[in-house]
Amino acid sequence: MNLDAVDEAVTSSVFFARLQELTHKLADPLLNWGFRYSTWWYLFGLKCCAIEMMSFFAARFDAERLGTFFSSTPRRADLMFVTGPVTKKMAPRLKLLYEQMPCPKYVIAIGECAICGGPWFESYSVIQGVDKIVPVDMYVPGCPPRPEQFIESLQKLHKDIKEKGLRR
Amino acid sequence: MMEEFQKTLQEKFKIAESIVVRNELRVKLVREELLPLCKFLSENSFDHLSCITGIDFIEYIQVVYHLFSYEKKFWVVLKVDLQKDNPHVPTVCPVWPVADWLERETYDLMGIVFDGHPDLRRILLPESWKGYPLRKDYVDENEIQWGEVL
Repeated sequence: MNLDAVDEAVTSSVFFARLQELTHKLADPLLNWGFRYSTWWYLFGLKCCAIEMMSFFAARFDAERLGTFFSSTPRRADLMFVTGPVTKKMAPRLKLLYEQMPCPKYVIAIGECAICGGPWFESYSVIQGVDKIVPVDMYVPGCPPRPEQFIESLQKLHKDIKEKGLRR
Repeated sequence: MMEEFQKTLQEKFKIAESIVVRNELRVKLVREELLPLCKFLSENSFDHLSCITGIDFIEYIQVVYHLFSYEKKFWVVLKVDLQKDNPHVPTVCPVWPVADWLERETYDLMGIVFDGHPDLRRILLPESWKGYPLRKDYVDENEIQWGEVL
């Protein structure tokens, strides 16, 4: 039996197309809801903003109550906080870590250094903004930003995912 | 005590200039005198090599050593002038092992070559970096080396 022919019959069939449509209609909101409230972020800090990141998930601000938690490996993470200046030496490693994250994946640039270089603007070894290396979804200004801003950025990401759906 | 030590140094070694400022004894000397002087200082309780710095004075390059003695409670600052186009200075690694990384850093950012250093590689910048970024006439032409991580 020719498998290609079966494949073609299935994909061209109106019944299967409808079934696929229905499945998406039913499953997508559930998937969206599930993903939204379990965005695990990758635990790696580049510089001083990482101190605020520690405060963000520690007892006082308690990020876990928002359904987020840190992952020690990029392979289980959905979200990446870039918390500091990315040097030319670090850039290939950051890209490698980003590529190891499974889709859908989101990146939030935290602090002036990750946005545009900050104090190292026009420096010889710091990249002028992490968006030159990986696509960035949100910029959080501050030097460093308060943990409340981390929470707000996460809530905005939740809202974004709710309205626009998961990235495919 | 510092003046006495200054006199001892002046008698034993060929020293171009020396001056006492607060608790610092600043000594300017030629390259050939550096290693014997360092050995002498090491034997006389100067056991803490705090910092090695390179300074670009455009016409020449200077290398500066900050030494502290916990026994004598004062600093000795050694300054050696080097040629701009080919700065060479003997290593002080055999005297103070901490000089290993300090000299690597100075080599990395200022391009001063320490003769006889056991492992003179770049320490902060990538291996493939061109030029020495803390020199005044440095022009950056370095791109990200994507292949390096693999």
